[in-house]
Amino acid sequence: MNLSSEKEVSAAIAGARGPLSVCGGGTRGLAGAGEVLSLAGLSGITLYEPGALTMVAQAGTPVAEIEQALAKENQRLAFEPMDHRGLLATKGEPTIGGIFAANVGGPRRLAVGAARDFLLGVRFVDGQGVVIKNGGRVMKNVTGYDLVKLMAGSCGTLGVLTEVSLKVLPRPETEATLVLSGLDDMRAVAALCRAMGSPFEVTGAAHDPGAGESYLRLEGFEDSVSYRMGRLKDLLGSADAHVLQSDASARKWAALRDVEAFHGVSGDVWRVSCKPSAGPELAARSGAEAHFFDWSGGLIWLRVPPGHDLRGQLGAFDGHASLIRADAATKARLGRFQPELPGVARLTAGLRARFDPKGIFNPGLMEAV
Amino acid sequence: MEMPIPDASVLARKARIVARLRDVLPEDAVIDDPRETRAYECDALTAYRCAPMVAVLPSTTAEVSAILRICDAEGVPVVPRGSGTSLAGGALPTADCVILGVARMNAVIETDYVNRLIRVQTGRTNLSVTGAVEADGFFYAPDPSSQLACAIAGNIAMNSGGAHCLKYGVTTNNLMGVTMVMMDGEIVEIGGGHLDAGGLDLLGLICGSEGQLGVVTEATLRILPKPEGARPVLMGFDDNEVAGACVSDIIKAGVLPVAIEFMDRPCIEATEAFAKAGYPMCEALLIVEVEGSDAEIDHQLSLIKEIALRHNPVELRESKSAEESAKIWLGRKSAFGAMGQINDYMCLDGTIPVSSLPMVLRRIGEMSAEYGLKVGNVFHAGDGNMHPLILFDANKPGDLELCEAFGAEILKLCVEVGGCLTGEHGVGIEKRDLMHVQYAPEDLEAQMAVKDVFDPAWLLNPAKVFPLNASERRRAAMLAAE
Repeated sequence: MNLSSEKEVSAAIAGARGPLSVCGGGTRGLAGAGEVLSLAGLSGITLYEPGALTMVAQAGTPVAEIEQALAKENQRLAFEPMDHRGLLATKGEPTIGGIFAANVGGPRRLAVGAARDFLLGVRFVDGQGVVIKNGGRVMKNVTGYDLVKLMAGSCGTLGVLTEVSLKVLPRPETEATLVLSGLDDMRAVAALCRAMGSPFEVTGAAHDPGAGESYLRLEGFEDSVSYRMGRLKDLLGSADAHVLQSDASARKWAALRDVEAFHGVSGDVWRVSCKPSAGPELAARSGAEAHFFDWSGGLIWLRVPPGHDLRGQLGAFDGHASLIRADAATKARLGRFQPELPGVARLTAGLRARFDPKGIFNPGLMEAV
Repeated sequence: MEMPIPDASVLARKARIVARLRDVLPEDAVIDDPRETRAYECDALTAYRCAPMVAVLPSTTAEVSAILRICDAEGVPVVPRGSGTSLAGGALPTADCVILGVARMNAVIETDYVNRLIRVQTGRTNLSVTGAVEADGFFYAPDPSSQLACAIAGNIAMNSGGAHCLKYGVTTNNLMGVTMVMMDGEIVEIGGGHLDAGGLDLLGLICGSEGQLGVVTEATLRILPKPEGARPVLMGFDDNEVAGACVSDIIKAGVLPVAIEFMDRPCIEATEAFAKAGYPMCEALLIVEVEGSDAEIDHQLSLIKEIALRHNPVELRESKSAEESAKIWLGRKSAFGAMGQINDYMCLDGTIPVSSLPMVLRRIGEMSAEYGLKVGNVFHAGDGNMHPLILFDANKPGDLELCEAFGAEILKLCVEVGGCLTGEHGVGIEKRDLMHVQYAPEDLEAQMAVKDVFDPAWLLNPAKVFPLNASERRRAAMLAAE
């Protein structure tokens, strides 16, 4: 179904006889089984106030269009959303609705927050075709329950986003990345955490054992970046370490963000969120063929042999593991998302039953297997 | 303020309910003497008072669970209470309720500087969270004005903000995990030391749910390294509109201050009379604070001053020292006290898009004349969070009602221009019946459906947040089920 208005989305959902595969640009491999309900026809920025750091856009608006509009005003999506196309070999145009529906962030999530932290308001259609709004277009809003957060990351299973309002941030004058070499996982993560505990406003902290390098990003005004770079080097005792300036720094973080190390290399891909300090030990017992750390050690990207049960291998830990790339059979067998604890699972099931009583939105996508 | 009629069957069972609570709690943790329960009759919205039937002061999550299990079985409403600093009546009791105060639960459970987090019991005050880590160079960012007294429990319930959230976000952006007790006594763990749980964002849903979904007893909070320094610049303008444009230009220039505070003339006059901070007498005053090393601060402030100068300020005063910073902040920090010297006041916190600022201030001025009540405006200008302080005389019959009507008009205006009823105080009882101004019936229905899932009998903090007529059917069903 190709729809071009919220009204049409509502009518299509109210009249649906079977499951709907809710999809934005279809680039993240998250649509469930069923008739395709594409939001691509609901496109366009409806409001942009650079002086208020806010934007409102229809859910199907291409991310590229949003980023272009922001760049003109020297602003950006600060949560640095990943582009999944290279990793998943998908085609299509990522949409702003898709980003929020899947709560897609990137390396800067560690410093500024996730997509959900930048989502100010939503309009969505629930499982019975009812149009609902929540939040608004102002940065501070505690009026009623925060369904905005609930919708963010719900992968279209509670409702279909039709419009989002978001907070944007200024693009800094420049950036630079300190590159540390030759540290093992433990020492690297310790150094990253040390940097994150400093007042120098690090906005990216990654370690790639494959390259034998660890990365710390600073952003801001030119003088300030160079001052903080000096202080950071002193703190970490890495006076000789080399520094990637400006464009070279930006390219490095785009590669880390999009998990380029695993593009075109076979194997399943998992994403583990954990306490940073627990990262090295989890990676060591993961049975992965390759891995690297983002978020100061708190995000591990792992490439494992096809069908490998990473969750089983890791056992219980403070965090969760998501299966990002695998064949359909493996996804069905292991489930995409970490099974929830019983209390949480009961609440989740209750919310699904309320917002999608017919069970038609991306069935099976987020449920435990 | 209309509240539901107390449940006579609950009141009739008071002795039994108290006895059951005493079975699971220490003697001094159950308060049922009417002379003592009066201590809990209101929060910081003092215009409304109602003593609870019982107050309980648990010390552990297990005790909270036992209390809720009993109340659930007995069909007794429970009103959770942090420190009772809500300006919206969020902790106002009903006559048939058990007040569940978490004040005794104030321990630090874990501090972890490597992972930059602290885990606390939620009765701990906001400022003492920072107090536990500041010697080691860290702080907890959300800073509501009541931070000396307010509890983390209430901060989570109301998703509290503060002056510095332009840079650091509000509670929901700094909350990583909770232990929450459901109304039936079940203990649920959500989130923890990691980021972004894989399932639905229940943490985001709980934060700001005004104690209606569960009782949060422990919380994992993000702590941040303290900046090297911070200094403000003060600027005065002859026109609100110009001050608004200046704020917008600062933001557009790519400087992201930690705070941009705005005061209008009535507020400046009141604070000068009270605190003598040496503020210029003008239409609008801005305080803009930036952080970093001395050199970084100098650079940012020079950019800000350059922008300000394009708007012909009547005053531009940059702080060069801690003393000068304190002087600049003095007036702002005493604004509420200064207004309180003049008369009783009601403080609203509607948020507006920053672009509507001049129009909204003009309309508030006109309404002030129509209602014959004075208003001063203090304002988190960076994020559009207004704080109109309406002066009234509580001893003058009808003045409170007049003030409330005026306040409601201001909040409707906030919604009309694309803003909202409350930016950081919460809905509570104060704005409950205005919710239909911002939300259509189906929007409210979707929110109430969430409460149905978490608290099917609608026993937790009932008769708040939603207009009474909207929640009536659900509350009646709860009574019928008894």
